[in-house]
Amino acid sequence: MTLPLYGTASNSAGFSPDETRSVVRLRSVDSSAERHAADFALAKTPDEILRATEADWPSIFVVSDGSIDLPSTFDGRLVAVPLKYSYLADGDVLGFDHSSRKFRTLFRQNSAHNSFLVTERCNNYCLMCSQPPKDVDDRWILSEIKESLPLIDPTTHALTFTGGETLSDWEDFIAVLKECRDRLPTTAIQVLTNGRAFANSETVDAWKDIGHPNLMAAIPVYASVDHIHDHVVQAKSTVDETVLGILKLKDRGQRVEIRVVLHALTAPIIEETGRWIARNLPIVDHVALMGLENTGFAIANDAMLWMDPMDYGNGLAKAVDHLSAAGVNVSVYNLPKCVLPKSVWPHAVQSISDWKNNFVEECDRCDEKSSCSGFFTTGRPRYSRGVRAITSHGANLFP
Amino acid sequence: MVGDFIRLTEDELNRLIDLRIRPGDGLYEKAYAAHLVTGTNQKAQRQLLAARLRSRMGFLQQVTPLHIFVVTLRCEHSCPYCQVSRQSTDRSRFDMGEQTAMRALDIAFASPAGRIKIEFQGGEPLLNFPMIKTIVTAAKARSGKKVDFVIASNLALLDDAVIEFCKANNILLSTSLDGPADLHNKNRPRPGGNSHELAVAGVRRAREILGPDRVGALMTTTEASLDRVDDIIDEYLQLGLDGIFLRPLSPFGFAVKTKQFAKYDAQKWLSFYERGLRRVLAINRQGTPFREFYAALLLTRMLSDRPIGYVALRSPAGAGLGALVYNYDGSVFASDEGRMLAETGDNAFRLGHVDQDSYNSLILSDKLIGAISSSLTQCAPECSTCVYESHCGADPVYHHATQGDALGIKPLSAFCARQKGIMGLLLDILENSPEDAAILRRWATS
Repeated sequence: MTLPLYGTASNSAGFSPDETRSVVRLRSVDSSAERHAADFALAKTPDEILRATEADWPSIFVVSDGSIDLPSTFDGRLVAVPLKYSYLADGDVLGFDHSSRKFRTLFRQNSAHNSFLVTERCNNYCLMCSQPPKDVDDRWILSEIKESLPLIDPTTHALTFTGGETLSDWEDFIAVLKECRDRLPTTAIQVLTNGRAFANSETVDAWKDIGHPNLMAAIPVYASVDHIHDHVVQAKSTVDETVLGILKLKDRGQRVEIRVVLHALTAPIIEETGRWIARNLPIVDHVALMGLENTGFAIANDAMLWMDPMDYGNGLAKAVDHLSAAGVNVSVYNLPKCVLPKSVWPHAVQSISDWKNNFVEECDRCDEKSSCSGFFTTGRPRYSRGVRAITSHGANLFP
Repeated sequence: MVGDFIRLTEDELNRLIDLRIRPGDGLYEKAYAAHLVTGTNQKAQRQLLAARLRSRMGFLQQVTPLHIFVVTLRCEHSCPYCQVSRQSTDRSRFDMGEQTAMRALDIAFASPAGRIKIEFQGGEPLLNFPMIKTIVTAAKARSGKKVDFVIASNLALLDDAVIEFCKANNILLSTSLDGPADLHNKNRPRPGGNSHELAVAGVRRAREILGPDRVGALMTTTEASLDRVDDIIDEYLQLGLDGIFLRPLSPFGFAVKTKQFAKYDAQKWLSFYERGLRRVLAINRQGTPFREFYAALLLTRMLSDRPIGYVALRSPAGAGLGALVYNYDGSVFASDEGRMLAETGDNAFRLGHVDQDSYNSLILSDKLIGAISSSLTQCAPECSTCVYESHCGADPVYHHATQGDALGIKPLSAFCARQKGIMGLLLDILENSPEDAAILRRWATS
């Protein structure tokens, strides 16, 4: 199933008319942690609502489909959302729009897969984009992120920034990353970017000056050949800027991950791409070869993009072999073990974010389920013909 | 320029030369990925090439990392292929004295490399073990450099005192092992005829006390070895060694005098090498990791851009820039082979003497600059247009020894024939034998 991360509140009250948006952090009713102005008591039962008012919480966040009984004396802020958001828990952070009552879950304390969308604007227009770009002024998102960062548990292991192109407003975004350096110095920060902005030395110098101890730029390179990459991203001369950007980052000692999304335009040549990266860019810190998430543009371009992973498994195995033989740290994302050659298994990781990750019935009798990526639940999931339980007495299609 | 290679048909090659290619025809993609063509106004490819070339030439940043001390020329073996040793018992005549050793250390410590290796050679260096101890102690007392030590010994004289000293000072041992007992003892005679027994016992003991990675063995191919490659490799396997270096005989010193060198040609050696390499690959296919070290060096050049300073696989050549040799009598040579030449009266690579010279005067000597600058493969006839140039190296000492000229005429060079033969073989395996290719690619890693 897919966790609903966006929604509309069924009720809200007490918000100042001077502001259009608020960032909200949920706290358990009995929390003894110091209260921040953004903190709301999280109440899921009438009893918890009662206890919240008794504990003088000035702000209460109710998750319930029923009616809400608040004492008439309560004059603080209230947000109520339907029961399907019952996953919300202590420490979670949300963005809330006062007039439309729309909210977005920005951070979940219990998740290892937290990511912030930075912008929906992008200067690439990738054929398989899972987050199709929109040309809108959405700079308010960066302000919301800035407001959220102080509310995030500083022991959080990892945080991802995604887009759109995260460096669309690179100066403002780098200021956000400096906040991360100061507030979340032990958190691994990953930034998904097309890397083109780093072709500009000014941007890459500013990136270096952030000085976060664990910052990684994750940059897609779809092919070793200019026109193939440019076709995938539907823009001219992009691979030149992207590769130049990677070189400039590494020249300044910055951490870089290369990402290759596998579909009918990239997967048939994945061995060549892997060999090329192994030879030309072994200096990168990680390479991720990623199964396609069938959502966004990928659905519209399905006829052009779909390729059963069973049909590129051998090339993928060779790409992994070229890369690991060159000492490059390589992982395979988003592909279940049953569709992968066994030599790739040690590289196959559970990469799909928890809120959009699931298994199929066949998986229930599979020995490898607990260490398998499973499937995306988003968009229109497509399943390989190779999906079948791996059992000690059975065999999958690859040796 | 940086060692990329693709295999083309003649027609494809002609189309590429005439630029009769276009995106989508398959040839464009191959050539683009190998940096043979690029688009107008593209910068990234040039920057990639620059970064890779800089990495490949990175060995030049470590100037003279190896310093060989010939602490004695005496030896209790009498190998017919030996290039230098003497059986004399006259200590004063063929041993390095302390004053010479300390002057040599001054020079070694004046070299720019932050980390140097001091290798003790002979003769049999353990015959002058007290001088090894003196040099190690003195080198460790000096500051400013990290120093590694190696003793190249036949191990016949390995005793508790030596092994304890090696353990205490983290000294590596390197020995000679030519194969099974009959072959080894034929190649390496000593009183008692027990060279093999002592070498094997020494390797076992050193592995046990110093650690499995603290002792290495090298073999030399003689005429008697040529049809024994499987036996030789098995000998190394049985000893638990992690690989073998299949080496041809060098045309120096006594090896020439005794006509050992003339007994087989490059083609015979290449077929010996190929049988050996295929045997090593079969061992790997059966699950035992075991390398042929020369192939591993070449593959690192062919498949990666990691800097390789190995003497015969670099240009500018490794003579002097890679190593200096301090002979027992204080003469300084540009390479170990250079001092071997001098033993037969040819002083072409004798750069000077520890008493009169400094590091700078040796490295900037006309002899060394002449030899290195005249042998650059990047601009040498035959080399500069050779398909293997970016994987190969300059060997001015070899070509001087065989042709009287540091550059040499490459079609007449057995070095050239061997290099081309081995690289052709490796390319063939990489291209046509997927399972073996995967093994070879692993060798290029570390």
